[in-house]
Amino acid sequence: MDEMKEKVLEKLNEHFKHSILSTSEFRGELTVVIKKEDIVRVCEFLKVDEELHFDLLEDLTGVDMFTPSDRFQVVYHLYSLKNKYRLRLKVHVDERDLRAPTVSGVWSTANWHEREAYDMFGIIFEGHPDLRRLYMPEEFEYYPLRKDFPLMGIPGSLLLPKK
Amino acid sequence: MAPKRTEAISKEKILQALEDADTTFLKEDPLGTDMVLNMGPQHPATHGVLRILLRLDGETIIKAVPEIGYLHRGYEKLAENMTFHEFIPHTDRLDYLAPLSNNVAFVLAVEKLAGLEIPERAKYLRVICCELARISSHLVWLGSMAMDVGALTILLWAFREREKLYDIFDVLTGVRFTTSYTRIGGLAQDMTEQCEKMIWEFIDQFPEKLQECEALLNKNRIFIERCDGVGVISKEEAIDIGLTGPALRACGVEYDIRRADPYLIYDQLDFRVAVYDGGDSLARYYVRIQEMRESVKIVRQALEKIPKGPIKAAEPKQVLPDKERVYTKMEELIHDFMVVNFGINPPIGEIYRAIESPKGELGFYIISDGSGNPWRLKIRSPSMVNIQALPILLKGQMISDVVAIIGSLDPVMGEADK
Repeated sequence: MDEMKEKVLEKLNEHFKHSILSTSEFRGELTVVIKKEDIVRVCEFLKVDEELHFDLLEDLTGVDMFTPSDRFQVVYHLYSLKNKYRLRLKVHVDERDLRAPTVSGVWSTANWHEREAYDMFGIIFEGHPDLRRLYMPEEFEYYPLRKDFPLMGIPGSLLLPKK
Repeated sequence: MAPKRTEAISKEKILQALEDADTTFLKEDPLGTDMVLNMGPQHPATHGVLRILLRLDGETIIKAVPEIGYLHRGYEKLAENMTFHEFIPHTDRLDYLAPLSNNVAFVLAVEKLAGLEIPERAKYLRVICCELARISSHLVWLGSMAMDVGALTILLWAFREREKLYDIFDVLTGVRFTTSYTRIGGLAQDMTEQCEKMIWEFIDQFPEKLQECEALLNKNRIFIERCDGVGVISKEEAIDIGLTGPALRACGVEYDIRRADPYLIYDQLDFRVAVYDGGDSLARYYVRIQEMRESVKIVRQALEKIPKGPIKAAEPKQVLPDKERVYTKMEELIHDFMVVNFGINPPIGEIYRAIESPKGELGFYIISDGSGNPWRLKIRSPSMVNIQALPILLKGQMISDVVAIIGSLDPVMGEADK
Protein backbone atom coordinates (compact mmCIF):
# COMPACT_ATOMS: atom_id res chain seq x y z
CA MET A 1 0.00 0.00 0.00
CA ASP A 2 2.81 2.38 0.89
CA GLU A 3 4.53 2.02 -2.45
CA MET A 4 1.22 2.72 -4.16
CA LYS A 5 0.82 5.84 -2.07
CA GLU A 6 4.28 7.06 -3.02
CA LYS A 7 3.61 6.31 -6.65
CA VAL A 8 0.37 8.32 -6.62
CA LEU A 9 2.03 11.29 -4.94
CA GLU A 10 5.04 11.14 -7.22
CA LYS A 11 2.92 11.05 -10.36
CA LEU A 12 0.63 13.81 -9.17
CA ASN A 13 3.58 15.97 -8.22
CA GLU A 14 5.17 15.36 -11.55
CA HIS A 15 2.15 16.32 -13.64
CA PHE A 16 0.07 18.61 -11.43
CA LYS A 17 2.52 20.24 -9.08
CA HIS A 18 0.64 23.52 -9.03
CA SER A 19 -2.81 21.98 -8.70
CA ILE A 20 -2.20 20.28 -5.38
CA LEU A 21 -3.11 22.38 -2.37
CA SER A 22 -2.28 19.86 0.34
CA THR A 23 -1.97 16.18 1.11
CA SER A 24 -2.70 14.36 4.33
CA GLU A 25 -2.94 10.87 5.68
CA PHE A 26 -5.15 9.44 8.40
CA ARG A 27 -5.48 5.74 9.28
CA GLY A 28 -3.63 4.79 6.13
CA GLU A 29 -5.95 6.72 3.81
CA LEU A 30 -4.43 9.29 1.52
CA THR A 31 -6.27 12.57 0.92
CA VAL A 32 -5.20 15.03 -1.75
CA VAL A 33 -6.77 18.48 -1.96
CA ILE A 34 -6.90 19.75 -5.54
CA LYS A 35 -7.63 23.18 -6.94
CA LYS A 36 -11.24 23.35 -8.05
CA GLU A 37 -10.57 24.33 -11.64
CA ASP A 38 -8.10 21.46 -12.18
CA ILE A 39 -10.14 18.59 -10.77
CA VAL A 40 -11.39 17.27 -14.11
CA ARG A 41 -7.90 17.17 -15.60
CA VAL A 42 -6.53 15.40 -12.52
CA CYS A 43 -9.36 12.87 -12.58
CA GLU A 44 -8.89 12.17 -16.26
CA PHE A 45 -5.20 11.63 -15.70
CA LEU A 46 -5.75 9.31 -12.75
CA LYS A 47 -8.27 7.28 -14.70
CA VAL A 48 -6.35 6.74 -17.90
CA ASP A 49 -2.83 6.45 -16.47
CA GLU A 50 -1.60 2.93 -17.14
CA GLU A 51 0.04 2.41 -13.78
CA LEU A 52 -2.46 4.08 -11.47
CA HIS A 53 -5.68 3.23 -13.33
CA PHE A 54 -8.32 4.54 -10.95
CA ASP A 55 -11.20 3.17 -12.97
CA LEU A 56 -13.94 3.10 -10.35
CA LEU A 57 -15.40 6.20 -8.76
CA GLU A 58 -16.80 4.70 -5.59
CA ASP A 59 -18.32 7.74 -4.07
CA LEU A 60 -18.71 11.46 -4.50
CA THR A 61 -20.21 13.64 -1.86
CA GLY A 62 -20.46 17.14 -0.54
CA VAL A 63 -19.48 18.30 2.93
CA ASP A 64 -20.47 21.47 4.73
CA MET A 65 -17.54 22.52 6.94
CA PHE A 66 -19.40 25.68 8.06
CA THR A 67 -16.28 27.85 7.83
CA PRO A 68 -16.33 31.51 6.72
CA SER A 69 -14.29 30.78 3.60
CA ASP A 70 -14.24 27.57 1.55
CA ARG A 71 -17.36 26.46 3.30
CA PHE A 72 -18.11 23.41 1.17
CA GLN A 73 -16.05 20.50 0.00
CA VAL A 74 -16.62 17.95 -2.70
CA VAL A 75 -15.03 14.63 -1.80
CA TYR A 76 -14.18 11.98 -4.38
CA HIS A 77 -13.35 8.39 -3.51
CA LEU A 78 -11.41 6.78 -6.32
CA TYR A 79 -10.62 3.10 -6.45
CA SER A 80 -8.21 1.23 -8.64
CA LEU A 81 -9.47 -2.29 -9.33
CA LYS A 82 -6.07 -3.26 -10.65
CA ASN A 83 -3.98 -1.99 -7.74
CA LYS A 84 -6.66 -2.44 -5.05
CA TYR A 85 -5.95 1.05 -3.81
CA ARG A 86 -8.29 3.81 -2.68
CA LEU A 87 -7.55 7.52 -3.03
CA ARG A 88 -9.53 10.45 -1.72
CA LEU A 89 -9.57 13.73 -3.62
CA LYS A 90 -11.09 16.93 -2.37
CA VAL A 91 -11.93 20.32 -3.75
CA HIS A 92 -13.03 23.37 -1.81
CA VAL A 93 -16.11 25.28 -2.88
CA ASP A 94 -16.75 28.72 -1.51
CA GLU A 95 -20.22 29.80 -0.45
CA ARG A 96 -20.11 32.88 -2.68
CA ASP A 97 -19.28 30.78 -5.74
CA LEU A 98 -21.09 27.48 -5.51
CA ARG A 99 -19.92 26.17 -8.83
CA ALA A 100 -17.70 23.13 -9.27
CA PRO A 101 -16.77 21.34 -12.49
CA THR A 102 -18.52 18.05 -13.14
CA VAL A 103 -16.60 14.79 -13.42
CA SER A 104 -19.56 12.97 -14.95
CA GLY A 105 -17.69 13.06 -18.24
CA VAL A 106 -14.90 11.01 -16.68
CA TRP A 107 -17.03 8.48 -14.81
CA SER A 108 -20.75 8.28 -15.64
CA THR A 109 -21.48 7.17 -12.10
CA ALA A 110 -20.75 10.71 -10.95
CA ASN A 111 -24.04 11.76 -12.54
CA TRP A 112 -26.29 10.75 -9.66
CA HIS A 113 -23.70 11.45 -6.98
CA GLU A 114 -23.43 15.01 -8.20
CA ARG A 115 -27.17 15.32 -8.35
CA GLU A 116 -27.25 14.23 -4.73
CA ALA A 117 -24.59 16.76 -3.71
CA TYR A 118 -26.53 19.45 -5.55
CA ASP A 119 -29.74 18.36 -3.86
CA MET A 120 -28.25 18.30 -0.37
CA PHE A 121 -25.77 21.20 -0.46
CA GLY A 122 -26.67 23.33 -3.45
CA ILE A 123 -23.30 22.85 -5.13
CA ILE A 124 -23.78 23.51 -8.83
CA PHE A 125 -21.84 21.16 -11.07
CA GLU A 126 -21.05 22.99 -14.27
CA GLY A 127 -21.53 20.98 -17.42
CA HIS A 128 -23.62 18.31 -15.73
CA PRO A 129 -25.98 16.71 -18.28
CA ASP A 130 -29.04 16.51 -16.04
CA LEU A 131 -28.68 18.50 -12.84
CA ARG A 132 -31.96 17.83 -11.09
CA ARG A 133 -32.63 17.14 -7.45
CA LEU A 134 -32.20 13.46 -6.61
CA TYR A 135 -34.13 12.92 -3.39
CA MET A 136 -36.06 16.06 -2.64
CA PRO A 137 -38.88 17.29 -4.89
CA GLU A 138 -37.95 19.92 -7.46
CA GLU A 139 -40.11 22.51 -5.70
CA PHE A 140 -38.13 22.28 -2.48
CA GLU A 141 -36.17 25.48 -1.99
CA TYR A 142 -33.64 24.55 0.67
CA TYR A 143 -30.57 22.36 0.91
CA PRO A 144 -31.21 20.01 3.81
CA LEU A 145 -27.70 18.77 4.63
CA ARG A 146 -26.34 22.27 5.12
CA LYS A 147 -25.53 22.90 8.73
CA ASP A 148 -27.87 25.90 8.93
CA PHE A 149 -30.88 23.83 7.88
CA PRO A 150 -32.75 22.83 11.06
CA LEU A 151 -33.07 19.15 11.92
CA MET A 152 -36.82 19.46 12.34
CA GLY A 153 -37.22 20.95 8.87
CA ILE A 154 -38.93 24.17 7.89
CA PRO A 155 -42.72 24.18 8.23
CA GLY A 156 -44.48 24.61 4.92
CA SER A 157 -41.39 23.94 2.83
CA LEU A 158 -42.74 20.70 1.41
CA LEU A 159 -45.79 20.77 -0.80
CA LEU A 160 -48.33 18.23 0.34
CA PRO A 161 -50.99 16.84 -1.96
CA LYS A 162 -54.33 18.60 -1.72
CA LYS A 163 -57.16 16.61 -0.20
CA MET B 1 -41.86 35.00 1.32
CA ALA B 2 -40.64 32.96 -1.58
CA PRO B 3 -42.95 32.61 -4.54
CA LYS B 4 -44.96 29.41 -4.55
CA ARG B 5 -43.84 27.07 -7.23
CA THR B 6 -46.08 24.39 -8.57
CA GLU B 7 -45.69 20.71 -9.20
CA ALA B 8 -45.62 21.41 -12.89
CA ILE B 9 -41.93 22.35 -12.74
CA SER B 10 -40.77 18.96 -11.57
CA LYS B 11 -42.96 17.14 -14.08
CA GLU B 12 -41.55 19.23 -16.86
CA LYS B 13 -37.96 18.62 -15.78
CA ILE B 14 -38.40 14.85 -15.63
CA LEU B 15 -39.86 14.84 -19.11
CA GLN B 16 -36.97 16.96 -20.30
CA ALA B 17 -34.59 14.31 -18.98
CA LEU B 18 -36.50 11.72 -20.96
CA GLU B 19 -36.46 13.64 -24.21
CA ASP B 20 -32.85 14.09 -25.09
CA ALA B 21 -31.16 14.31 -28.47
CA ASP B 22 -31.31 10.54 -28.94
CA THR B 23 -35.02 10.23 -28.57
CA THR B 24 -36.64 13.43 -29.78
CA PHE B 25 -36.60 12.46 -33.46
CA LEU B 26 -39.55 10.26 -32.61
CA LYS B 27 -41.65 13.40 -32.22
CA GLU B 28 -42.74 12.87 -35.80
CA ASP B 29 -44.71 9.76 -35.20
CA PRO B 30 -47.22 9.01 -37.94
CA LEU B 31 -48.18 5.59 -36.60
CA GLY B 32 -48.68 6.75 -33.04
CA THR B 33 -46.42 4.10 -31.50
CA ASP B 34 -44.43 6.56 -29.41
CA MET B 35 -45.55 6.59 -25.80
CA VAL B 36 -44.38 7.69 -22.38
CA LEU B 37 -45.27 5.27 -19.62
CA ASN B 38 -44.99 6.03 -15.94
CA MET B 39 -44.24 2.98 -13.80
CA GLY B 40 -44.48 3.31 -10.05
CA PRO B 41 -43.74 4.65 -7.50
CA GLN B 42 -46.51 2.46 -6.12
CA HIS B 43 -46.21 -0.59 -8.25
CA PRO B 44 -46.35 -4.07 -6.71
CA ALA B 45 -43.38 -5.36 -8.69
CA THR B 46 -40.82 -2.57 -8.50
CA HIS B 47 -39.34 -3.88 -5.23
CA GLY B 48 -40.15 -0.76 -3.28
CA VAL B 49 -41.11 2.79 -4.11
CA LEU B 50 -39.11 3.11 -7.29
CA ARG B 51 -40.52 5.17 -10.12
CA ILE B 52 -39.41 4.70 -13.70
CA LEU B 53 -40.45 6.77 -16.68
CA LEU B 54 -40.28 4.76 -19.86
CA ARG B 55 -40.27 6.06 -23.37
CA LEU B 56 -41.62 3.37 -25.61
CA ASP B 57 -41.72 2.58 -29.28
CA GLY B 58 -44.51 0.03 -29.32
CA GLU B 59 -43.30 -2.44 -26.71
CA THR B 60 -39.60 -1.63 -26.98
CA ILE B 61 -37.99 0.68 -24.48
CA ILE B 62 -36.11 3.57 -26.04
CA LYS B 63 -35.18 5.32 -22.86
CA ALA B 64 -35.79 4.93 -19.16
CA VAL B 65 -35.42 7.51 -16.42
CA PRO B 66 -35.49 6.14 -12.86
CA GLU B 67 -36.69 8.48 -10.13
CA ILE B 68 -35.82 7.78 -6.52
CA GLY B 69 -36.32 9.56 -3.25
CA TYR B 70 -39.78 8.40 -2.26
CA LEU B 71 -38.38 6.78 0.87
CA HIS B 72 -35.87 9.50 1.69
CA ARG B 73 -35.69 9.89 5.46
CA GLY B 74 -32.57 11.99 5.74
CA TYR B 75 -30.43 9.53 7.68
CA GLU B 76 -27.28 11.49 6.97
CA LYS B 77 -28.80 14.55 8.60
CA LEU B 78 -30.07 12.50 11.52
CA ALA B 79 -26.62 10.96 12.00
CA GLU B 80 -25.04 14.37 12.44
CA ASN B 81 -27.35 15.00 15.35
CA MET B 82 -26.82 11.83 17.34
CA THR B 83 -23.94 9.88 18.82
CA PHE B 84 -22.36 6.97 16.99
CA HIS B 85 -24.09 4.46 19.25
CA GLU B 86 -27.46 6.01 18.66
CA PHE B 87 -27.11 5.61 14.92
CA ILE B 88 -26.74 1.81 15.00
CA PRO B 89 -30.53 1.13 15.06
CA HIS B 90 -30.93 3.43 12.07
CA THR B 91 -28.57 1.30 10.00
CA ASP B 92 -31.10 -1.54 10.30
CA ARG B 93 -33.46 0.50 8.21
CA LEU B 94 -31.09 1.01 5.31
CA ASP B 95 -31.03 -2.35 3.59
CA TYR B 96 -33.86 -3.89 5.53
CA LEU B 97 -33.30 -7.30 3.96
CA ALA B 98 -29.85 -7.61 5.53
CA PRO B 99 -29.79 -5.44 8.67
CA LEU B 100 -26.95 -7.43 10.22
CA SER B 101 -24.47 -6.58 7.52
CA ASN B 102 -25.41 -2.88 7.75
CA ASN B 103 -24.75 -3.01 11.50
CA VAL B 104 -21.36 -4.56 10.90
CA ALA B 105 -20.45 -2.08 8.16
CA PHE B 106 -21.26 0.90 10.34
CA VAL B 107 -19.40 -0.23 13.44
CA LEU B 108 -16.38 -1.24 11.38
CA ALA B 109 -16.22 2.30 10.04
CA VAL B 110 -16.51 3.79 13.53
CA GLU B 111 -13.91 1.39 14.91
CA LYS B 112 -11.52 2.32 12.15
CA LEU B 113 -12.07 5.98 12.99
CA ALA B 114 -11.59 5.43 16.71
CA GLY B 115 -8.72 2.98 16.22
CA LEU B 116 -10.44 0.21 18.16
CA GLU B 117 -9.36 -3.41 17.89
CA ILE B 118 -12.05 -5.96 18.69
CA PRO B 119 -11.58 -9.45 20.19
CA GLU B 120 -11.27 -12.51 17.96
CA ARG B 121 -14.56 -14.06 18.94
CA ALA B 122 -16.44 -10.91 17.99
CA LYS B 123 -14.76 -10.92 14.58
CA TYR B 124 -15.85 -14.50 13.93
CA LEU B 125 -19.38 -13.78 15.10
CA ARG B 126 -19.59 -10.74 12.85
CA VAL B 127 -18.49 -12.81 9.88
CA ILE B 128 -21.17 -15.38 10.67
CA CYS B 129 -23.75 -12.57 10.91
CA CYS B 130 -22.67 -11.04 7.61
CA GLU B 131 -22.86 -14.31 5.75
CA LEU B 132 -26.20 -15.37 7.21
CA ALA B 133 -27.52 -11.93 6.28
CA ARG B 134 -26.21 -12.43 2.77
CA ILE B 135 -28.03 -15.74 2.48
CA SER B 136 -31.28 -14.28 3.79
CA SER B 137 -31.05 -11.31 1.44
CA HIS B 138 -30.27 -13.47 -1.57
CA LEU B 139 -33.16 -15.76 -0.66
CA VAL B 140 -35.61 -12.87 -0.88
CA TRP B 141 -34.05 -11.93 -4.19
CA LEU B 142 -34.31 -15.51 -5.45
CA GLY B 143 -37.95 -15.79 -4.50
CA SER B 144 -39.02 -12.45 -5.90
CA MET B 145 -36.90 -12.79 -9.03
CA ALA B 146 -38.43 -16.16 -9.82
CA MET B 147 -41.87 -14.76 -9.12
CA ASP B 148 -41.22 -11.84 -11.47
CA VAL B 149 -40.73 -14.27 -14.32
CA GLY B 150 -43.66 -16.42 -13.29
CA ALA B 151 -42.41 -19.17 -10.96
CA LEU B 152 -44.34 -18.92 -7.72
CA THR B 153 -43.09 -22.11 -6.06
CA ILE B 154 -39.58 -20.76 -5.55
CA LEU B 155 -40.93 -17.81 -3.59
CA LEU B 156 -42.53 -20.10 -1.06
CA TRP B 157 -39.49 -22.34 -0.81
CA ALA B 158 -37.07 -19.41 -0.46
CA PHE B 159 -39.18 -17.80 2.23
CA ARG B 160 -39.38 -21.09 4.10
CA GLU B 161 -35.57 -21.15 4.28
CA ARG B 162 -35.44 -17.48 5.20
CA GLU B 163 -37.84 -18.14 8.04
CA LYS B 164 -35.32 -20.57 9.55
CA LEU B 165 -32.68 -17.85 9.34
CA TYR B 166 -34.95 -15.37 11.04
CA ASP B 167 -35.48 -17.87 13.85
CA ILE B 168 -31.70 -17.96 14.22
CA PHE B 169 -31.52 -14.15 14.29
CA ASP B 170 -34.26 -14.18 16.91
CA VAL B 171 -32.17 -16.36 19.20
CA LEU B 172 -28.87 -14.68 18.34
CA THR B 173 -29.86 -11.03 18.61
CA GLY B 174 -33.19 -11.09 20.42
CA VAL B 175 -35.22 -9.80 17.47
CA ARG B 176 -36.04 -11.11 14.05
CA PHE B 177 -35.88 -8.09 11.83
CA THR B 178 -34.32 -4.87 13.10
CA THR B 179 -31.41 -6.51 14.81
CA SER B 180 -29.07 -3.67 15.96
CA TYR B 181 -26.80 -6.47 17.07
CA THR B 182 -23.38 -4.87 16.88
CA ARG B 183 -21.91 -2.41 19.33
CA ILE B 184 -18.91 -0.18 18.84
CA GLY B 185 -16.04 -2.39 19.96
CA GLY B 186 -17.99 -5.63 20.01
CA LEU B 187 -21.42 -7.15 20.02
CA ALA B 188 -24.56 -6.83 22.09
CA GLN B 189 -24.53 -10.39 23.36
CA ASP B 190 -22.72 -13.66 22.88
CA MET B 191 -23.92 -16.57 20.82
CA THR B 192 -25.55 -19.24 22.97
CA GLU B 193 -24.99 -22.96 22.51
CA GLN B 194 -28.57 -23.34 21.40
CA CYS B 195 -27.98 -20.72 18.70
CA GLU B 196 -24.79 -22.40 17.54
CA LYS B 197 -26.71 -25.65 17.20
CA MET B 198 -29.40 -23.94 15.16
CA ILE B 199 -26.84 -22.43 12.78
CA TRP B 200 -25.19 -25.84 12.33
CA GLU B 201 -28.56 -27.40 11.59
CA PHE B 202 -29.34 -24.70 9.07
CA ILE B 203 -26.11 -24.89 7.10
CA ASP B 204 -26.23 -28.67 7.09
CA GLN B 205 -29.57 -28.79 5.34
CA PHE B 206 -29.46 -25.57 3.32
CA PRO B 207 -27.31 -26.64 0.31
CA GLU B 208 -29.76 -29.43 -0.38
CA LYS B 209 -32.72 -27.07 -0.30
CA LEU B 210 -30.90 -24.66 -2.57
CA GLN B 211 -30.31 -27.55 -4.93
CA GLU B 212 -34.05 -28.16 -5.04
CA CYS B 213 -34.69 -24.54 -5.99
CA GLU B 214 -32.02 -24.69 -8.66
CA ALA B 215 -33.46 -27.89 -10.06
CA LEU B 216 -36.67 -26.01 -10.75
CA LEU B 217 -34.92 -23.12 -12.48
CA ASN B 218 -31.66 -24.14 -14.12
CA LYS B 219 -33.27 -26.19 -16.86
CA ASN B 220 -36.54 -24.35 -16.87
CA ARG B 221 -37.03 -23.10 -20.39
CA ILE B 222 -39.28 -20.20 -19.43
CA PHE B 223 -36.87 -19.00 -16.77
CA ILE B 224 -33.79 -19.27 -19.00
CA GLU B 225 -35.45 -17.53 -21.92
CA ARG B 226 -36.65 -14.68 -19.74
CA CYS B 227 -33.13 -14.18 -18.31
CA ASP B 228 -30.61 -15.20 -20.93
CA GLY B 229 -29.40 -12.15 -22.82
CA VAL B 230 -31.86 -9.87 -21.03
CA GLY B 231 -30.63 -6.72 -19.33
CA VAL B 232 -27.09 -6.89 -20.65
CA ILE B 233 -24.35 -4.55 -19.52
CA SER B 234 -20.75 -4.75 -20.65
CA LYS B 235 -17.76 -4.88 -18.35
CA GLU B 236 -16.57 -1.38 -19.23
CA GLU B 237 -20.02 0.16 -18.90
CA ALA B 238 -20.51 -1.58 -15.55
CA ILE B 239 -17.31 -0.14 -14.08
CA ASP B 240 -18.04 3.26 -15.57
CA ILE B 241 -21.53 3.42 -14.06
CA GLY B 242 -20.18 2.22 -10.71
CA LEU B 243 -21.90 -1.14 -10.36
CA THR B 244 -20.65 -3.20 -7.43
CA GLY B 245 -21.51 -6.51 -5.85
CA PRO B 246 -23.10 -9.45 -7.67
CA ALA B 247 -24.14 -7.24 -10.58
CA LEU B 248 -20.50 -6.29 -11.27
CA ARG B 249 -19.19 -9.82 -10.79
CA ALA B 250 -21.76 -11.03 -13.31
CA CYS B 251 -19.89 -8.91 -15.87
CA GLY B 252 -16.69 -10.81 -15.31
CA VAL B 253 -15.01 -8.35 -12.94
CA GLU B 254 -13.50 -10.05 -9.94
CA TYR B 255 -14.07 -7.33 -7.38
CA ASP B 256 -15.13 -8.49 -3.96
CA ILE B 257 -14.19 -6.33 -0.98
CA ARG B 258 -13.86 -9.44 1.17
CA ARG B 259 -10.83 -10.25 -0.99
CA ALA B 260 -9.72 -6.85 -2.27
CA ASP B 261 -9.69 -5.04 1.07
CA PRO B 262 -10.21 -7.79 3.67
CA TYR B 263 -11.91 -6.89 6.92
CA LEU B 264 -12.58 -8.99 10.04
CA ILE B 265 -11.14 -12.47 9.35
CA TYR B 266 -11.97 -12.88 5.67
CA ASP B 267 -8.29 -13.15 4.77
CA GLN B 268 -8.06 -16.36 6.83
CA LEU B 269 -11.03 -18.05 5.22
CA ASP B 270 -11.18 -20.23 2.19
CA PHE B 271 -13.87 -19.22 -0.28
CA ARG B 272 -14.21 -18.53 -3.96
CA VAL B 273 -15.37 -15.23 -5.41
CA ALA B 274 -18.24 -16.01 -7.77
CA VAL B 275 -17.54 -14.48 -11.17
CA TYR B 276 -19.51 -15.11 -14.34
CA ASP B 277 -19.34 -13.58 -17.79
CA GLY B 278 -22.29 -12.33 -19.72
CA GLY B 279 -23.55 -9.38 -17.72
CA ASP B 280 -27.18 -10.44 -18.20
CA SER B 281 -29.89 -11.45 -15.76
CA LEU B 282 -28.87 -15.09 -15.99
CA ALA B 283 -25.27 -14.35 -15.02
CA ARG B 284 -26.50 -12.32 -12.05
CA TYR B 285 -28.65 -15.29 -11.06
CA TYR B 286 -25.69 -17.69 -11.20
CA VAL B 287 -23.47 -15.33 -9.22
CA ARG B 288 -25.95 -15.02 -6.38
CA ILE B 289 -26.65 -18.75 -6.22
CA GLN B 290 -22.91 -19.42 -6.10
CA GLU B 291 -22.49 -16.76 -3.42
CA MET B 292 -25.02 -18.48 -1.20
CA ARG B 293 -23.03 -21.70 -1.42
CA GLU B 294 -19.82 -19.84 -0.62
CA SER B 295 -21.52 -18.18 2.34
CA VAL B 296 -22.44 -21.58 3.71
CA LYS B 297 -18.79 -22.58 3.37
CA ILE B 298 -17.68 -19.44 5.20
CA VAL B 299 -20.15 -19.94 8.04
CA ARG B 300 -19.04 -23.55 8.40
CA GLN B 301 -15.36 -22.55 8.63
CA ALA B 302 -16.11 -19.74 11.06
CA LEU B 303 -18.14 -22.03 13.31
CA GLU B 304 -15.37 -24.63 13.31
CA LYS B 305 -12.66 -22.14 14.19
CA ILE B 306 -14.50 -19.73 16.48
CA PRO B 307 -12.48 -19.22 19.67
CA LYS B 308 -13.86 -18.72 23.16
CA GLY B 309 -13.34 -15.41 24.86
CA PRO B 310 -14.78 -11.93 25.33
CA ILE B 311 -16.96 -10.29 22.70
CA LYS B 312 -16.20 -6.69 23.62
CA ALA B 313 -12.97 -4.73 23.51
CA ALA B 314 -11.57 -3.70 26.89
CA GLU B 315 -11.80 0.04 26.20
CA PRO B 316 -14.12 1.35 28.92
CA LYS B 317 -14.17 4.91 27.55
CA GLN B 318 -15.51 3.83 24.18
CA VAL B 319 -17.28 0.51 24.62
CA LEU B 320 -20.59 0.19 26.43
CA PRO B 321 -20.19 -1.98 29.56
CA ASP B 322 -22.41 -4.97 30.36
CA LYS B 323 -25.74 -4.01 31.85
CA GLU B 324 -25.45 -6.15 34.99
CA ARG B 325 -22.15 -4.49 35.84
CA VAL B 326 -23.62 -1.04 35.27
CA TYR B 327 -26.19 -1.78 37.94
CA THR B 328 -23.68 -3.06 40.48
CA LYS B 329 -20.33 -1.31 39.88
CA MET B 330 -19.63 2.41 40.25
CA GLU B 331 -16.90 2.56 37.61
CA GLU B 332 -19.04 0.97 34.92
CA LEU B 333 -21.96 3.21 35.79
CA ILE B 334 -19.80 6.27 35.18
CA HIS B 335 -18.50 4.94 31.88
CA ASP B 336 -21.97 3.97 30.76
CA PHE B 337 -23.23 7.46 31.57
CA MET B 338 -20.38 9.13 29.70
CA VAL B 339 -20.59 6.93 26.61
CA VAL B 340 -24.37 7.21 26.38
CA ASN B 341 -24.55 10.95 26.99
CA PHE B 342 -21.41 12.32 25.40
CA GLY B 343 -20.46 9.65 22.90
CA ILE B 344 -17.15 8.01 22.21
CA ASN B 345 -15.27 11.10 20.96
CA PRO B 346 -13.05 9.61 18.27
CA PRO B 347 -10.03 11.65 17.13
CA ILE B 348 -10.36 14.37 14.50
CA GLY B 349 -10.09 12.87 11.06
CA GLU B 350 -11.94 11.24 8.22
CA ILE B 351 -12.19 7.65 7.11
CA TYR B 352 -13.97 5.54 4.53
CA ARG B 353 -14.71 1.92 5.26
CA ALA B 354 -16.67 -0.34 2.95
CA ILE B 355 -17.83 -3.92 3.21
CA GLU B 356 -19.23 -6.35 0.70
CA SER B 357 -22.90 -6.23 1.57
CA PRO B 358 -25.35 -8.51 -0.25
CA LYS B 359 -26.17 -5.71 -2.69
CA GLY B 360 -22.64 -4.48 -3.31
CA GLU B 361 -20.24 -2.06 -1.77
CA LEU B 362 -21.74 -0.56 1.36
CA GLY B 363 -19.44 2.15 2.61
CA PHE B 364 -19.49 4.74 5.34
CA TYR B 365 -17.52 7.94 5.00
CA ILE B 366 -17.23 9.64 8.37
CA ILE B 367 -15.73 13.01 9.21
CA SER B 368 -15.14 13.46 12.90
CA ASP B 369 -14.53 16.79 14.59
CA GLY B 370 -13.54 15.10 17.83
CA SER B 371 -16.98 15.31 19.43
CA GLY B 372 -19.42 12.53 20.16
CA ASN B 373 -21.44 13.12 16.99
CA PRO B 374 -20.11 12.67 13.47
CA TRP B 375 -19.61 15.97 11.67
CA ARG B 376 -20.59 14.33 8.42
CA LEU B 377 -21.64 10.77 7.74
CA LYS B 378 -22.09 9.72 4.16
CA ILE B 379 -23.62 6.38 3.30
CA ARG B 380 -22.34 4.95 0.04
CA SER B 381 -25.30 2.77 -0.71
CA PRO B 382 -24.91 0.10 -3.38
CA SER B 383 -28.58 0.09 -4.37
CA MET B 384 -28.60 3.75 -5.33
CA VAL B 385 -25.61 3.37 -7.62
CA ASN B 386 -26.92 0.11 -9.07
CA ILE B 387 -30.27 1.68 -9.92
CA GLN B 388 -28.35 4.24 -11.91
CA ALA B 389 -27.44 1.44 -14.31
CA LEU B 390 -31.10 0.73 -15.08
CA PRO B 391 -31.29 2.96 -18.19
CA ILE B 392 -28.41 0.97 -19.73
CA LEU B 393 -29.96 -2.37 -18.78
CA LEU B 394 -33.43 -1.44 -20.00
CA LYS B 395 -32.52 0.15 -23.31
CA GLY B 396 -33.85 -1.87 -26.22
CA GLN B 397 -35.64 -4.38 -24.00
CA MET B 398 -39.32 -5.25 -24.02
CA ILE B 399 -41.75 -3.74 -21.56
CA SER B 400 -42.51 -7.16 -20.07
CA ASP B 401 -38.87 -7.56 -19.06
CA VAL B 402 -38.68 -4.36 -17.01
CA VAL B 403 -39.78 -6.05 -13.82
CA ALA B 404 -37.46 -9.01 -14.32
CA ILE B 405 -34.50 -6.71 -14.94
CA ILE B 406 -35.18 -4.66 -11.82
CA GLY B 407 -35.51 -7.94 -9.95
CA SER B 408 -32.18 -9.19 -11.23
CA LEU B 409 -30.47 -6.04 -10.00
CA ASP B 410 -32.00 -6.50 -6.53
CA PRO B 411 -32.27 -2.90 -5.34
CA VAL B 412 -33.66 -2.09 -1.91
CA MET B 413 -35.18 1.33 -1.75
CA GLY B 414 -34.54 1.77 1.96
CA GLU B 415 -30.88 1.85 1.12
CA ALA B 416 -31.11 3.70 -2.18
CA ASP B 417 -33.08 6.54 -0.63
CA LYS B 418 -31.32 6.67 2.71
